[in-house]
Amino acid sequence: MDAEIRPRTSAAIPLRFSLAIGGVAGTSFKPEHLAAILDEGPQRGFFEVHAENYMGAGGPPHRMLERLRRDHPLSVHGVCMSIGGPGPLDRAHLARFRGLIARYQPALVSEHLAWSTHETSFFNDLLPLPYTKATLDRVCDHIDEVQEAIRCPLLLENPSTYVTFRNSTMSETDFIRAVAERTGCGLLLDVNNVFVSATNHGFSALQYLSDFPLARVGEIHLAGHAEQSDDEGDLLLLDSHDGPVADAVWKLFEIVIARRGPVPTLVEWDSNIPDWPVLKTEAAAAQAILDRRCAMEDRHAG
Amino acid sequence: MRANAQASYAAAFAPPLLDPDGDVPAVVTGPNGKSAMKRYNVYRNNVTVSLIEALAAIYPAVQRLTGPDFFRAMARFHIRETPPTSPLLFDYGRDFPGFIARYEHAQALPWLADVARIERAWLDAYHAADAAPLAAIEFAAIAPDRLASLVLTVHPATRVVRSSFAAVTIFAANRTGESADHIDASTPQDALITRPELDVVVRQLPPGGAVFVTCLMSGCMLAEAAAAALEDSRDFELATNIAGLIEAGAFTSLRPGDQKK
Repeated sequence: MDAEIRPRTSAAIPLRFSLAIGGVAGTSFKPEHLAAILDEGPQRGFFEVHAENYMGAGGPPHRMLERLRRDHPLSVHGVCMSIGGPGPLDRAHLARFRGLIARYQPALVSEHLAWSTHETSFFNDLLPLPYTKATLDRVCDHIDEVQEAIRCPLLLENPSTYVTFRNSTMSETDFIRAVAERTGCGLLLDVNNVFVSATNHGFSALQYLSDFPLARVGEIHLAGHAEQSDDEGDLLLLDSHDGPVADAVWKLFEIVIARRGPVPTLVEWDSNIPDWPVLKTEAAAAQAILDRRCAMEDRHAG
Repeated sequence: MRANAQASYAAAFAPPLLDPDGDVPAVVTGPNGKSAMKRYNVYRNNVTVSLIEALAAIYPAVQRLTGPDFFRAMARFHIRETPPTSPLLFDYGRDFPGFIARYEHAQALPWLADVARIERAWLDAYHAADAAPLAAIEFAAIAPDRLASLVLTVHPATRVVRSSFAAVTIFAANRTGESADHIDASTPQDALITRPELDVVVRQLPPGGAVFVTCLMSGCMLAEAAAAALEDSRDFELATNIAGLIEAGAFTSLRPGDQKK
């Protein structure tokens, strides 16, 4: 339909590196929280939106985002680019993504190491890919194409997965490191995804974090997960984003921050959405960990 | 060669996502030789449930009329038959009203498809491009001898849905909670959907109004649209219709029809 958003500047958009927002904690933005957020006035923090929800031509979604953007840094998180898919990127979708970024000038832009479209069907889920030389080439091509279009660095998010491909020849961390080195993209480290995948596949989350190129991490995600069981009756974790961050994930987050230093950190909450104060309290807990680390750096510097 | 090898993982992984009888793709496994059945079903479930929820978000009045269990079963059939082709979920479900009209278990609710059409138009109006509506004073300033050849530009949000049933009243009662003690479902109603500023408004059009607006939307001059509307209904009143449409914010501008844009 009328989903095309035209960038306000029609000329070539210059390559832009936004101001670093530093070790600030933010939250997913949910429209039902807008009134409560505005009541509080400008606060420290940032908000992340799913890009696709703001790809309509006009109407209330854009009014809300404009209002939010006036006082707060924004993170645009793409969910449907299908960077990990074998097919070519959807050019119309990439143009919409570029338009959104040009219009709102977010501090952070991210997408997933996953796919969601095959041939003409869109599956609305983050689907897994094998880690091979061939998929590495393809993912790098796709990221080059996205970064060329949006004229700013993309942060690529590590997935949560439930199955593995028999034909994978690389570890996920080797794959992600190679993508970052070849394309120059940054990384979004989802600590909950690490914990979920580690539990589901029986590897050590700490080992994964040791292997992960932390220096490339430009944003961290934290979220809640749900429990189920696999065919053998063992614990299977679901990346559900429907509750508070688990204690084990907080511990891993502290370890990552101790090694990496403070980086923008987002608490995601996408279903069973609580009242704003609950989500804000989760972000405050992340902020406390980031601030402790900042204070430590200052002491060492002093 | 390389393209084939790459395509195989998605080509193998995707089809069983929407086919409950399909086998788990042989390309995937659990760790250390564990079964992938329940693991793959997480993806299956994510796809189906998230798309059902997308339809429920677009069609809340339809869900209220059918009840959630009926709605989810109906939506599941539709998703398997017509999965989305765009990553923009607010664009999904365009074929759902037509599916409802054919769905055998929904035949007892013959107005259901029209209520769905109004809900689909509501969401299109919500996301439509912003534009300032035509002010009444601009219309009033037109010399009477120029009225017949006037061409009106319709606001990007404006939609018309015609129904052989009381779809507007049923929509309002099940969407906004407006009280409706007794609805005579067999009264035909036409809906006008507009969004002059931020709020989407659904109104019932007067007799002939739907034909009148539809003609104007296709670029007809005012006199042509009025003639078509009178042909549709002898009760059509030009002044009432124009005043109502301008008040609803259905137009953005006007120009003399003898001038090319």
